[in-house]
Formats: sequence, structure tokens, C-alpha cells
Amino acid sequence: MISVRSLKMTMLKYWLLLPVFIYLLYFFVYPIFSLILTSFFDPEITLKHYIRLYQKPVYLKVIFLTLKLSFFCTMLSIILGYPIAYLLKKVTSNVRNILMIFIVLPFWTSVLVRMYAWMVILGRDGIINSTLLKMGIISVPLNLLYNTFSVTIGMVHFLLPFMIFSLYSVMNGIDENTVRAAKSLGAHPFTAFVKVFFPQSLPGVGAGSLTVFILAAGFFVTPALLGGRKNIVISMLIENQVNININWPFAAAIAFVLLIITLILFNIANKYLGIDAIWGGNR
Amino acid sequence: MKNEKMPSPKISDPNKNIWFNLFFYCLCTLILLFLVLPLFIVIPISFSSSEFLQFPPEELSLKWYKNFFGSDIWMRALLNSVKIALMSSILATILGVTAALALTRYRFKGKNLIFSFLISPMIIPVIIIAIGAFFQFSRLRLIGNIYTIVLAHTVISIPIVLITISASLQVFDRSLEYAALSLGASPFVTFFKITFPIIRPGVISGALFAFITSFDEVVISFFLSTYRSITLPRHMWSSLREQIDPTIAASSSLLILTAVFMLIFVAILAKRAENMRA
Repeated sequence: MISVRSLKMTMLKYWLLLPVFIYLLYFFVYPIFSLILTSFFDPEITLKHYIRLYQKPVYLKVIFLTLKLSFFCTMLSIILGYPIAYLLKKVTSNVRNILMIFIVLPFWTSVLVRMYAWMVILGRDGIINSTLLKMGIISVPLNLLYNTFSVTIGMVHFLLPFMIFSLYSVMNGIDENTVRAAKSLGAHPFTAFVKVFFPQSLPGVGAGSLTVFILAAGFFVTPALLGGRKNIVISMLIENQVNININWPFAAAIAFVLLIITLILFNIANKYLGIDAIWGGNR
Repeated sequence: MKNEKMPSPKISDPNKNIWFNLFFYCLCTLILLFLVLPLFIVIPISFSSSEFLQFPPEELSLKWYKNFFGSDIWMRALLNSVKIALMSSILATILGVTAALALTRYRFKGKNLIFSFLISPMIIPVIIIAIGAFFQFSRLRLIGNIYTIVLAHTVISIPIVLITISASLQVFDRSLEYAALSLGASPFVTFFKITFPIIRPGVISGALFAFITSFDEVVISFFLSTYRSITLPRHMWSSLREQIDPTIAASSSLLILTAVFMLIFVAILAKRAENMRA
């Protein structure tokens, strides 16, 4: 009896994983796989969609612009996220719980709500413009919306909580005594920070940057709502091919390029930083 | 002699530190305000009586809430979103709990790889998942009902549930289970009498996160929903593109309120789980 039971127990782990595997294979992997397959057939096997993507400067420019925007947003997220993560590390746990609300609440609020808020703030009749007009600082409303500026602000607002979580999860594990030791040996607090604390926080910067960059590169909502004509990104190109041009194979080819970029970055993150660093050390 | 040579850190920098700290705290305040202020701008606008944007509003009214609750399309969108989020959160929770149990309890070859696969819907751009689902469901001629949206939303909710529940299983004291098993309880009984009650706060938190993920999701709905199966974020999207009417502010405020309630609930659950462990 015992042997039957222990056999059942060893099989149990596979039975437990089976439903989620079947589900994801059928509703996640298979649709994407069969979609990407269409990019190689039209109707016979061909690479013409990839050649088109490569030869038309317009498309390469979109890919380049997407990566540039993602890079810029990642840098801004580090600059704004680092002080906050450091603050979270410094304060007492009661203060931290309160500060966390400031990060978690926007994180769990619909991205559409946040984009709407930015439209209200930055719009032609928006809060900034109407305030500046009333104060007499400007006489004509500024163009703050539907350009690179508004896309960057909207994206950083979306990405910042992810960056803070990654940074904080690594900083939380840094032993404060190492910094104290440096100071007691005569290091200036600033030197102690630069030479002792900062290097130990770099895995968090790496993990956060990769997470944020991956999210930014595939982002659709913010560029579509806050961007102008010049801010076409890869995901908008895909949407355009699906809904307007109804060119599935070409849309699939662009999606495949985006997927490859994402997977390469995720692999780098996973290899050098470990999956733990990326998902907040839950595992 | 030694003491004279050693520079004392306490004497060298009190002045500099004050200025630096002041700068640091001001900077942090500004960044935190950047994060939350946009949310709090939406709420007063939803109570404005004007058609046009006024901040702060000159006169208060509930006009936009009446508009929201009195409109067929907004109500249908709300109802569809609630239905979809409920179904998707139940489905994702069941799949997430079973997977989390397997991954935290047993040894596997390539466990990291399995985990990477299970959380990959979180990493792969939603637009790819969305057009994949759109492609598949339109080939099967299934576009236009809410169940396709449920199925696609569940894909992106599974990683969130899995991560939340794994975290609560990790701090679980397994000797309680061994005790039940050694006293002759079957694994099945042990799970429902011992394991589940203990991890229940984590499971409920996971379900709540899955609910809000689906409730707020817009890209998948953008492709899969039609007039009949429209969701709240999808309708907000169209309204944002066409005209910015304060009804969106009313709907946005309700979404913020949902997030606030959910977070309060999750905080209570976390507290309860902590007490249980103590």
C-alpha cells in the first residue's frame, strides 16, 4: 500500500502541472506559433515579408525608434527609481508601508486611467496650460501632448513601479553593516555609498533595466494614446497591419521580430541575474 | 595618537549632510507625487459640472456618474468586464494554485525552465498575445463573445497568481502536513483540511490580482471585443480617442476605487496570514 501511495505522490507533481501546461500550450503558445508560421508562407515558403521589413527604411526606422525610446525611458526610470528604492531601504518599516502605497496604488490602477490623467494634465486645455495662461507666463498654449515628451512621461509613469520593485528587492538584501564598516574606517558617507553600497545594488539596476526595457519595447497603450505621428512604435505597426492593412503575414513577421528581441533580453536577464532577481525574489 | 589621526566621520559632515538630506527628501517627494498625483486629479474632475475641463471644478455635480450609470453602453461594458474578470480570475486561480503546489513542493529537473515558461506570458508583449488570440479565434469564428476574452485574459493572469501563491507557500510550515499524513489522512484530505486553510489568504490575494488584471486589461479586449462583448477599458479607449468627456473621469474614478479596495483587502489578508504564522 505504501509503495502505491508513494508512487501516486511522485506522479502527483506531473498531474498538478498538467492543467496549466495544457492551458498555456493551447491558448498561448499555439496561437502565437501558428501566427508566426504564416509569416513564412505566402502561399509557399518564403522570406519576402522579412525582406520587406529589412529593405524598407520606414520599418527599420520604427524598430530603431522603439528601441531608442525604450532605452531613454529605462534610463529615466533608473534615475527616478533609485532614490525611491534607497529611501525605502533607509526608512523604518512603518514608514515604508505608507510609502509603498504611493508605488503600489498607481501600479494596480488601470493604465488607461493613468493615460487619461496625463491627457488631462498635458492637453491643450489641460491643467498645465490653463494654469500657465492664467498666470500670464505664456500667451499661446504649449504643445505638450501627442509628442515624444508626452509618450516618455506616460511610459516612465507606467514603468517606474517595476523599476522600484526590482531595485528595492536587491537593496533590501544588502547588509547595512558593510556601509557602516566603511564609514567607521573613515570613509566619507558619500564615498561609502559609491564604493560599498552602489556596487552591491547593481544587480537590481540590471534586473530592473532589463524588465523595464522589455516592457517598454512591446508597449502599445501609451504610444497609441499619447504619441503623435512621429511616435510610431513596433506594436503600433503590428496593430496597423492587423486592423487597417489586414496583412496578417507581414504583421506576423513584425511580431516575430519583437518576440525575438524580447526573448533575447529575457534570456540575458535570466542567465546573468537569475529569475529571482527579476521577480522580486519570490522564489 | 591613533585617535588624532583618524578622521572622525561625525565631525566632518553635519552641515553637508543636512543640505544633502534636504535635497534627497525633496527629490523623493517630487518623484512620489509624480506617481500618485495624476490619479488624484481624475477624481475631482469626475465631480465637475462642466462639459469642459476645469481644474479644480467650479461647481460640483454627480452628472457624469448619472451619465455613466444611465448609459446602456457603459453599463454593458461594466457588466461584461465584471463577468469576464470573475470567470478569468477563477480559472487563473485554479491553474495557478495547482502549478504553485507542484513547483514549491517537488523536485524537478529544469524547474527554473518550467517556471520561466509559466511566467513568460508576463514578459511577452501583450500585443503579441492579443493578435495571436485574435488570429486563432477568428479562424475558429469565435470573435464576439466574452468567453474568448476570458480565455485570453487567463493567460496573462496565470503568472501573477503563480507568483503570489508561490510566495505564500514558501513560508508554509510543512510539518503540519506531515503530521496529518502520518496520522493517516489521505493527501487529498490533508490538502483541504490543512494546506488550503493556511494558504487561503495567499490564494485570495492571487485571485484578486487576477481579477484586477483582467478588469483593467485593454490590449486583448481591443482586438477581441466587439460591440456586444465590449469591456469597460475597451469602451474607455474609444471614448479617449473620440472625445474626452468627463464620463471617462467618472469611470476612471470607479477603477481607482476598485484598485484601492483591492489593495486594502490584500493588506488585511497579508496581516491575517502574518498573525496565523505567529
